[in-house]
Amino acid sequence: MINLSEVIETNRMILEENLDVRTITMGISLLDCAGSSLAKTCAAIEAKLMRLAGRLVRTGDDIGREFGVPVVNKRISVTPAAIVGSACCRRPADFVKIAKTLDRAARRLGVNFVGGFSAIVSKGMTPADEMLIRSIPEALASTERVCSSVNVGSTKTGLDMDAVRLMGEIVKATAERTRKRGSIGCAKLVVLCNAPDDNPFMAGAFHGVTEGDAVLHVGVSGPGVVHRVLAGSCRGVDFETLCETVKRTAFKITRVGQIVAQEAAKRLGVPFGIVDLSLAPTPAVGDSVADILKEIGVEHPGAPGTTAALALLNDQVKKGGVMASSYVGGLSGAFIPVSEDQGMIDAVRAGALSIEKLEAMTCVCSVGLDMIAVPGSTSASTIAGVIADEAAIGMVNQKTTAVRIIPVAGRKVGDFVEFGGLLGGAPVMKVSPFSCERFVARRGRIPAPIHSFRN
Amino acid sequence: MKKVIITVVGKDTVGIIARVSAYLAKNGVNILDIAQTVVGGYFNMMMVADASKYTKSFERLGAALDRIGAEMGLKIRCQKSEIFEKMHRV
Repeated sequence: MINLSEVIETNRMILEENLDVRTITMGISLLDCAGSSLAKTCAAIEAKLMRLAGRLVRTGDDIGREFGVPVVNKRISVTPAAIVGSACCRRPADFVKIAKTLDRAARRLGVNFVGGFSAIVSKGMTPADEMLIRSIPEALASTERVCSSVNVGSTKTGLDMDAVRLMGEIVKATAERTRKRGSIGCAKLVVLCNAPDDNPFMAGAFHGVTEGDAVLHVGVSGPGVVHRVLAGSCRGVDFETLCETVKRTAFKITRVGQIVAQEAAKRLGVPFGIVDLSLAPTPAVGDSVADILKEIGVEHPGAPGTTAALALLNDQVKKGGVMASSYVGGLSGAFIPVSEDQGMIDAVRAGALSIEKLEAMTCVCSVGLDMIAVPGSTSASTIAGVIADEAAIGMVNQKTTAVRIIPVAGRKVGDFVEFGGLLGGAPVMKVSPFSCERFVARRGRIPAPIHSFRN
Repeated sequence: MKKVIITVVGKDTVGIIARVSAYLAKNGVNILDIAQTVVGGYFNMMMVADASKYTKSFERLGAALDRIGAEMGLKIRCQKSEIFEKMHRV
């Protein structure tokens, strides 16, 4: 039987500690929309999205109301557009038309983001892949809700350094094309290694070709809940007690995601995919992963001990989460974006946190260098070098890594850029001034690491 | 059975349970269990109720209880019970 203290606890998490379901994301295959006519392909895409996701927003809101837990974002991920458009797109401008189609459908459906303006080029680029990549600056400048991602490597294939080099240029061009809005285009563009097919979180969400026709994924959150529990009962306790507490809390948070996912899938008539049990911060006060690290015992994220504290947190979140849901997937871990987490912003301003330390932290958590603003003068080859480093960490450690870096046009170290809404704002961080030009200028691939040969 | 949990939080005052249960009775919602506690002058109550005979939408039930809460200066929430059952049980 349900008891009063459990009910009070659940509602306190929701009302005071920002527990929410961060996103329900419907993955939709667009493979059956592909044709040799661009106009027909775009029409088929829009029709399919409207047909399958027509009730997504309403259903998310209904479920949120009935369980009393906010379902914050309703989103869509689609088959990588480079595949869908490969037969009908002859030039980058054709891919921009597909982006605009996705944007229009997203607006009509009322979803705030649609992910999947993507290319998977882990080993090499087809002409269509390259055209899509070259269309990204224009596509992101002329749409509002489209998110783009490019997977440049994997543990199995190694790193496609030609794509890495190209992405350095594309990130720069995207920043330039959206310079009047703080280079916001780059906040919707992520370069990945080992990208999962079932990620519900933007900007890296796409509906992989391993998935069915339509599927429903859910991303839960709740760093505020973990922080509050640790602050309330874990000051000075030993590691065993600390870990046990995080694990129990992660279990509770994930359960909420699981029940919402199952209910939404049932009502929408599509299979339930996975729960992504990530701790995803928002700019809201008290919704911060940095605060958890501070509660574990570092003065600011970036202080010695931060990587170990983050490793512990990430692992316990997973251990608690997998007990709560039969299907866990996506990124699942702790997110450490700078602009979306007030505690991380404070750490940068205090001089505690550098890009190099963030890179180290990404070795032990679920994502990578996320929402980091750097000076607009940063060169394309330096950005490619940052991407290569991060992708190499993912490749060698058999994990997902990502780079969402914003070389803010016209801004320098110490400036602050406001992106607004969920994307927050970020202090412009210092990048190493030393060149990697000759390294990224090399052609070809970095081979897959030895431990990928498991057959 | 459509089991719902109704929670009432606010300053303790005369007739809270009477008002809420009167509405539920009038609309065919059967109360299965009530638990309450007063902490620091604040009233916390939970009702477990069966709403399977409630003919209007869940949204209407929530809105009606919300209105009663507003009139009495209380926060009344109505949620499906699964969220509590799942969250606290393996």
